[in-house]
Amino acid sequence: MWPWKEQSSSLAVWRSKCGAGRDSTSSPSKHVLTEDIVHREVTPDQKLLSRRLLTKTNRMPRWAERLFPANVAHSVYILEDSIVDPQNQTMTTFTWNINHARLMVVEERCVYCVNSDNSGWTEIRREAWVSSSLFGVSRAVQEFGLARFKSNVTKTMKGFEYILAKLQGESPSKTLVETAKEAKEKAKETALAATEKAKDLASKAAGKQQQQRQHFV
Amino acid sequence: MNSVGEACTDMKREYDQCFNRWFAEKFLKGDGSGDPCTDLFKRYQQCVQAIKEKEIPIEGLEFMGHGKEKPESSS
Repeated sequence: MWPWKEQSSSLAVWRSKCGAGRDSTSSPSKHVLTEDIVHREVTPDQKLLSRRLLTKTNRMPRWAERLFPANVAHSVYILEDSIVDPQNQTMTTFTWNINHARLMVVEERCVYCVNSDNSGWTEIRREAWVSSSLFGVSRAVQEFGLARFKSNVTKTMKGFEYILAKLQGESPSKTLVETAKEAKEKAKETALAATEKAKDLASKAAGKQQQQRQHFV
Repeated sequence: MNSVGEACTDMKREYDQCFNRWFAEKFLKGDGSGDPCTDLFKRYQQCVQAIKEKEIPIEGLEFMGHGKEKPESSS
């Protein structure tokens, strides 16, 4: 907080925060490259509306530069909308970045007014919101993974059901354990039957050969 | 502070000086009428518009971010 001395303090706030007359009266911010007023009007109820466009250097940590190389070269464009209401002695600003938005959006709202307990003080109420579609990406990856897993489990279960249905030959559904036992038994039977058949075929074949030999002699 | 359009910086400074004077001496003292800087502002705007539109997407954005009153954080 700093003392609000009516118009002069408002002017000080305006100058330091909003950059009017920034050159000599406020401390230089090295990361702010340009500043332009892109809209300004006085409303019928005597409020001053302004929109400022700022460009700032894009200072990313190294790890972010590696992950998002396309963003490194571009400065950050920021809009600052403000309403100055001298009659009610308030000023409201809303600031947000309009590029690099897919990476992250930071929004800030400041309300400057006279402190209710001490009219010699300026009060600032600041709110900020940080959002990123990257949260959306990680959420999407998570949802995809889960959906894919569920789908795979469903396929697996369907596969089991298919095999079980075949083994059971359309009889009413049984438990896995029972079915497994049955499957084992059936497999044994099949194996035995196959062996018998093989023996049978072999002996038949042997018989045929003998006949043929006799013929040629 | 420079303008985003290098050619516009002088026009911007001229407008800023006019505006600062009007703001401190008139507007804050309750006299919001008769803005003497409109011509300067028009000239400065025309200069900046041409450059802005090429690169920076500032069209169609609601003033004050459509009155944000977010109660809690959201993604």
